[in-house]
Amino acid sequence: MAIRERLSGNEAVSTAIRQINPDVMPAFPITPSTEIPQYVSSYVADGLIDTEFVAVESEHSAMSATIGASAAGARALTATSSAGLALMWEELHIASSDRVPVVLALVNRALSGPININADHSDGMGARDCGWIQLYSEDNQEAYDNMVMAFRIAEHPDVLLPVMVCQDGFITSHAVQNILLLEDEEVKKFVGEYTPENYLLNAENPMAVGPYAVTNYYMEARRSMAEGMVASRKVILDIAREYETLSGRGYSFFEEYHTKDADYVIVIMGSASGAAKDACDKLRAKGKKVGVLKIRVFRPFPAAELAAALKNAKAIAAMDRAESFSGNSGPMAAELKAALFDAKQCPEILSMVYGLGGRDITVEDMEMIYADLEAGNFECKELPYRYVNVRE
Amino acid sequence: MAYNFKEVMSRPERLVPGHRMCAGCGATVALRNVLKAIKPEDKAVIANATGCMEVSTFTYPYSAWTDSYIHNAFENAASTAGGVEAAYNALKKRGKIDETFKFLAVGGDGGTYDIGFQSLSGAMERNHDMVYVCYDNEAYMNTGIQRSSATPMFADTTTTPSGTVSDGKKQNRKDLTEVMAAHKIPYAGQTTLMGNFKDLIVKAEKAIYTEGACFLNILAPCPRGWRYEAENIMDICKAAADTCFWPLYEVENGEKWTITYEPKKKLPIEEFLKLQGRFRHLLQPGKEDQVAKLQAEVDKRWELLQKKCSL
Repeated sequence: MAIRERLSGNEAVSTAIRQINPDVMPAFPITPSTEIPQYVSSYVADGLIDTEFVAVESEHSAMSATIGASAAGARALTATSSAGLALMWEELHIASSDRVPVVLALVNRALSGPININADHSDGMGARDCGWIQLYSEDNQEAYDNMVMAFRIAEHPDVLLPVMVCQDGFITSHAVQNILLLEDEEVKKFVGEYTPENYLLNAENPMAVGPYAVTNYYMEARRSMAEGMVASRKVILDIAREYETLSGRGYSFFEEYHTKDADYVIVIMGSASGAAKDACDKLRAKGKKVGVLKIRVFRPFPAAELAAALKNAKAIAAMDRAESFSGNSGPMAAELKAALFDAKQCPEILSMVYGLGGRDITVEDMEMIYADLEAGNFECKELPYRYVNVRE
Repeated sequence: MAYNFKEVMSRPERLVPGHRMCAGCGATVALRNVLKAIKPEDKAVIANATGCMEVSTFTYPYSAWTDSYIHNAFENAASTAGGVEAAYNALKKRGKIDETFKFLAVGGDGGTYDIGFQSLSGAMERNHDMVYVCYDNEAYMNTGIQRSSATPMFADTTTTPSGTVSDGKKQNRKDLTEVMAAHKIPYAGQTTLMGNFKDLIVKAEKAIYTEGACFLNILAPCPRGWRYEAENIMDICKAAADTCFWPLYEVENGEKWTITYEPKKKLPIEEFLKLQGRFRHLLQPGKEDQVAKLQAEVDKRWELLQKKCSL
């Protein structure tokens, strides 16, 4: 029986953690993810869960201890944002190459500098090539649902890769919205017991983790990680189907919002998808064939599926909430273009960067973007791609 | 503990032959003997920082460690071990583990004094039930003998080379054992390879079987970096203790300071320097002032230590 609640994104993710009752959570505070370790600490203090919470002295140590705990045989997770994720960067690679199925609640925030505590995806995008599965959430409900599904994906024997559950800082993490929660017992049953095959604390069969492996083995290790990433596609969909049976909420690699017959599509991730959907609704009411494609799973990148979903689009706005300084486009736009090239599709693509450091993007902005797509206005000025809402 | 050399040495090896550490390497001897202090019936997990010890003992697909072992990165052996210990507490609490496990974090002076210092300090302050073992060879040996904050003044390293206008490293070494004692952890000990290894093994056993975060600093010479013949390693260690360059002592709860080896006759620092190529440039005519400066530093630190131990 679903529980109706009103929670912020951080409360939603923390509630999922409480329901999972993981073995170990090392964490270090950083805005805007700080509330997550705070809530978990209070659950421990009030005896609601018996997780070992380790208040480490840095994010680097947070991920190091999370890896150690997971390798030891525990279900382990951490939470962070921005500079915290940047400080973990070395460890993100070690987590995925050690094949420890850990989970990270990422509350997306801009990277310095200038130092800025507000939302954008430059932290998550900077970690996109670290061997982690990345799930992006539009709102508190999705952040909760993704969190409940995360360990199942990570721990699946065909995958054994860490999972990052992303939500936008403040916009999602701190805004209180209605939410439907599962019963505690339903979550416990869905997530299940963690029973790793090999682990450090196995008294009968010791294990060694993190070897020195040079030219004769390194490529095989990396390829096996890539195979896990490819195998995760099926697992992500299977678990989403199982979750839909339980919750009534369906998930896939992305959400298609009026895209089936759309000539003009905005491709976007995270909280700003809502503004795009509102604009889409307004224009649909006027008979415009517009749609929104909201990416949920950025890693693995659902290239073929995206191309199939966009096969009728005449023009696409590929909207990145991150700058990658490639000199060509935002990071998602680049991957989308590659996906369409492989599918021999050649729609017009307007690459746009928006919302950096928490800058607002409105429904009206989205309507103007649709108008440009329809009018064939793909003009860019200073850069080969377009910045939205930036001072000239 | 009543030290029984024969009994301790006949315990099963936990760091077994087949690894690729150098002949005459102090780190290997130190670690092999620290592991002898674990009761044979107890299990252990070793978290090892990147360094010689790691790359030479766990070259895929071989491991020289009979216990569970994790290498994570250079700067985080302590936090990794802390995570393992937290997992042990969680699984024990939930009835998933019965056996007794001991937790060791192992790093060289680079991974301990320098890049891993924050992780070490944090893990000690959180008082994880673990022992951090530093094998201190006084420079970054794995990358080719670069200076560390453990390198003594005037040592010749590849980033503090002696030359026509240089006498080697310009700064004094960091006293990490004292820094760890200042964390008021249950036990901090400093030792080296001496005689029948009683000092090392007794301290290792104390550290391993004292509840909470403990720290063991072992002077472990490196034949490549210190430039000595393999067979001279024990003489160098003894000279380090007899000159009081590396006093053997322990600190309980940051309060009870005890010197565990008092040299019969405190030898001049030259007795330590002359056994090693890294100080060859100091023992030339005209360098008497530098040697005197080094001697003064050793004397000052030894006197301060004696004062702490007599309180």
